Amino acid sequence: MIEFKNVSLTYPNGHQGLKNVNLEINQGEMIVVVGLSGAGKSTLIRSMNQLVKPTEGELLIDGKNSLKFNERELREMRTDIGMIFQSYNLVRRMSVLRNVLSGALGRTNTLRSILGLFKKEDKQLALASLDRVGIAEKAYSRADQLSGGQQQRVSIARALTQKTKVFLADEPVASLDPPTSHIVMKDLRRINREDNITMIVNLHFIDMAMEYADRIIGMRSGEVVFDGPASEVTEKTFEDIYGRPIKEDDMLSEDAGAEANDTHGEDLDTKGETASSEEADSK
Amino acid sequence: MNPASKPGNFPLIPRRSKINILSVLAVVALLYIIAAYVTNAAPDRVINGLPQIFNFVFGNLIPPNWSYYDTVAGSLLETWNIALLATTLSVFFCLPIAFLSASNINTSSILYNIVRFAMNVLRTIPDLVLAVIFVGLVGIGAMAGIYALFFFSVGILAKLISETIESIDPDPLEAIRSTGGNTLQVIWYGVMPQILPHYISYSLYVLEINVRASVVLGFVGAGGVGLILNQQLNFFNYGNVSMIILMTFVVVTLIDVVSIRLRERIV
Repeated sequence: MIEFKNVSLTYPNGHQGLKNVNLEINQGEMIVVVGLSGAGKSTLIRSMNQLVKPTEGELLIDGKNSLKFNERELREMRTDIGMIFQSYNLVRRMSVLRNVLSGALGRTNTLRSILGLFKKEDKQLALASLDRVGIAEKAYSRADQLSGGQQQRVSIARALTQKTKVFLADEPVASLDPPTSHIVMKDLRRINREDNITMIVNLHFIDMAMEYADRIIGMRSGEVVFDGPASEVTEKTFEDIYGRPIKEDDMLSEDAGAEANDTHGEDLDTKGETASSEEADSK
Repeated sequence: MNPASKPGNFPLIPRRSKINILSVLAVVALLYIIAAYVTNAAPDRVINGLPQIFNFVFGNLIPPNWSYYDTVAGSLLETWNIALLATTLSVFFCLPIAFLSASNINTSSILYNIVRFAMNVLRTIPDLVLAVIFVGLVGIGAMAGIYALFFFSVGILAKLISETIESIDPDPLEAIRSTGGNTLQVIWYGVMPQILPHYISYSLYVLEINVRASVVLGFVGAGGVGLILNQQLNFFNYGNVSMIILMTFVVVTLIDVVSIRLRERIV
């Protein structure tokens, strides 16, 4: 369980990223955080594994205040939190398998990891994770030879290999085209349902948030301005969160979602050709 | 001066700029004249010296003493070995220093500045001076050359590689940090794959530099082909001297060509 108690964050340049945030996040929830860019969505997500450190308040993770952790405790805490980034953050020159295995670094000792001597279970888990997102046959390809959608699925496999209880996803589909976005979001929701992993996802498309979230948290200028089940959310709620009328740009069009279902999500973005996404969808 | 109000002839470059450019050129020219005057350099001295150069090349250097081949080959091998050993050792030793002097990896600004300063000091010492120091410490021979070139190359490589490290994509490092990886794991899985091509390329480049430098280092007793070149010059054995120059030229060119080809394929 993750609990924010009066958490605020002021950046060194004086910008206030979070203002007095109070939240309770339970194990296994599927949460989407919405808000305009600059509203503090990223700051909220990144503060949970302290890629940015809140300056005030308490951030309890399983009852312990993580803001008081020393370097070692912080690393241990991070091994329990998987993260997925907008730009995938893979090491582009490294093989897909090694990228996925880097999820196991937190529980592998330094010497073994430098020599590449990962445990047999970890290697099997890495391959199984790649299989779950439907790109096991790419294991030995170099990461930069994959399309954007495939790279994002590699980063999901990396987080799976980490064996965590929580996934943080910071705008995971912002660099992807609509059909690929749906594949990635479906992967995330499936993992949430099957493994009971808490999923906290930043999105800025309203329709996508509605489609995948169980609970929606709305942010505006560093404050939580809405927090409730997705079923209670209406267009009016979003207008309140955004502080302006909803525009067409806030939506990922309906057709795109339908198209994803028809084609079983061919990656249309870059070098895309993925026969395997079909498998990923049907699982 | 509004050009539109002057339908006739008007300058392309404003008068003011012209004066500025001319005065800069005048100052530069003056510097040249002073330099030539102070160093007593005059073209006629070169022209008058031409017959002497001609006599030296065709009277003394040609023909090379082909039978000197054996000795030169042995010395060249020593030169190559000095360069190879010094480069290989420095390639490994420069890494920790490079990471300590990269601001995106070493976040302790005190340590960062100390390492940077020490490296700056090391780089100001010419390789020849290092060689003299080590000849004094370990005596005449190849060992002194290896030490001198080792420190010389660590200075260069640490600088080049730390700058490469500072220019890498920070995102993958963040990802590995977020999995709970420690600093060494971040370096090994996040940084090394990104800098590897540059790392190999710079290492080969430093090997090229070291081969050429170790030729010169022999003059101060640090082993290799420079040692016999210096001897033979002092004995006025110009046939042997030209044989040394010829073979050194061939070998150094060969190493350069191979190294450049390899580097082209890597990056």
